[in-house]
Amino acid sequence: MFNGKIESMSEREMKALQLERLKWSIRHAYDNVLFYKNKYDEAGFHPDQFKSLDDMRRIPFFTKQDMRDGYPFGLFAVPLSKVVRVHSSSGTTGNVTVVGYTKNDIEVFSEIVARSLASYGVTNEDIIQNAYGYGLFTGGLGLHYGSEKLGALTVPVSGGNTPRQIMLIKDFGTTVLCSTPSYALNIADFLEVNMPDFDISSTRLRLGVFGAEPWTEAMRKEIEKRLKIDAYDIYGLSEVMGPGVSAECSEKSGLHVFEDHFYVEIIDPDTGEILPEGSRGEIVYTSLTKEAFPGIRYRSRDITRLYHDNCKCGRTLVKMEKVTGRSDDMLIIRGVNVFPSQIEAVLMEIEGTEPHYQIIVDRKGSMDDIEVMVEVNEKMFSDEIRVLNGLSKSITDKFRSSLGISAKITLVEPQSIPRSEGKAIRVVDKRNKNRED
Amino acid sequence: MNVTQLSAFVSNKPGHLQKVLKVLADENINIITLTIAETSDFGILRMIVNDPEKGNRALKENNITSSLTDVLALEINDTPGSLFAALEVFATMELNIEYMYAFTQKRNDKPVMIFRFQDIEKAKNALKGKGYNIVKKIDIVGENR
Repeated sequence: MFNGKIESMSEREMKALQLERLKWSIRHAYDNVLFYKNKYDEAGFHPDQFKSLDDMRRIPFFTKQDMRDGYPFGLFAVPLSKVVRVHSSSGTTGNVTVVGYTKNDIEVFSEIVARSLASYGVTNEDIIQNAYGYGLFTGGLGLHYGSEKLGALTVPVSGGNTPRQIMLIKDFGTTVLCSTPSYALNIADFLEVNMPDFDISSTRLRLGVFGAEPWTEAMRKEIEKRLKIDAYDIYGLSEVMGPGVSAECSEKSGLHVFEDHFYVEIIDPDTGEILPEGSRGEIVYTSLTKEAFPGIRYRSRDITRLYHDNCKCGRTLVKMEKVTGRSDDMLIIRGVNVFPSQIEAVLMEIEGTEPHYQIIVDRKGSMDDIEVMVEVNEKMFSDEIRVLNGLSKSITDKFRSSLGISAKITLVEPQSIPRSEGKAIRVVDKRNKNRED
Repeated sequence: MNVTQLSAFVSNKPGHLQKVLKVLADENINIITLTIAETSDFGILRMIVNDPEKGNRALKENNITSSLTDVLALEINDTPGSLFAALEVFATMELNIEYMYAFTQKRNDKPVMIFRFQDIEKAKNALKGKGYNIVKKIDIVGENR
């Protein structure tokens, strides 16, 4: 463990630490950010009233829209002279949002990423190839500083240029690859198509750290099989910090939340009520130590479950289930709730199909119309129309039987689905283009 | 050796076929004959070229999904009823033709038809002793390959 004292602290001690830090954090936000002061005054809440964890329910939520309204620096709690870095979301669901970090915030960020890497079994002996995009996106620099904090040799290759990625894996003896899971599959595709004689197990690559987009258990198995590595999930969101808010451990079942820096609650996304431990719902984050950009009860829209399970790895930190859907991403198609991850799972089940897909939802008259574009790879391709039509049909049938939706399947050329920062754009909802939550 | 057909997946949109042809042109690949099977969304471009392996590699390097398949290339007499007679051989043996198309040029003064079967060897056996000339790969790609 990178920080054994914190990571194996008793639940009681952790609660006490969180209470103490919450008091500071809520006051810090109220005293220094006009948004919080106005909102809390209006709701009749004052930081003085915050005495126990039970009082959390009295505090209003903080949302993505609040962040958009505060663009660019309106929600910073320190003068800009104390801010040493900003990151910005790609704005895939709407307007751009900005977050800021003080020197100390960067320290914390680096530590939680270092803890994450250590929990997968990465050490300073490893050579970490960081194929997350470097830039405004938190993934690149976040992993970079965490890797350096751990003391590992860090290769800041950034995303893209697959032939170079493979060259570096071979020449540098890379042992750990960090990227989005879809980019890892891209690398596997490239190897199969262009370097069929190359044996990836002849390299030192042993482990992958993947995040920044929801991915399924089936996708983990495929990455592990094709790249001959252990694949681990790193979770985070820029609004809260970036990658490293929670991380899997050797058990690969659930992610430990670094609770000394983030207080987590599960709420009913419709009513906002706090749900008991073990219930599935929307996870809500409160920063405990952040100076530049405090976030108090941030509604993540991520759907998951929190639980304690005496984890074999020895960490006592609360665990969250792997996030496979964001309530933002949830599509309601003709009254049926569908997560892109379910669509992905169906595609994975069908022989040879990999999840390079895009879902397009549109409204024709009063009916929702769903189209799933699937990139045709080598394994799926045939010179016979009936084979390809049969593939479309089996996907259509499977969608109907397991998801209850009828979708038009369109087979498209490789690379024709747009990708941003290595993240595939999974859903295009044309029904109401200006929808904001 | 059987004649090798190069196939490529092409979206049914303006400019996409041209992109495939550009890759082949840049690699100096000559197309001897081609056909397209189309659906409303995509087409399968099937080609007999002078260097199918090189063509396949070039397409893959350019992110175009492609494959190589063995096909039966058969010389048919340029007379009424000749194609009928050849198909009779396959029908009698219950060999289903997946698809077929013709060479744009005659060879030895005879038209050449390309046939795709699930099992090419069965089709070749069916033709044995019936006086048909099956075009070999070497006849198309030359000696050096």
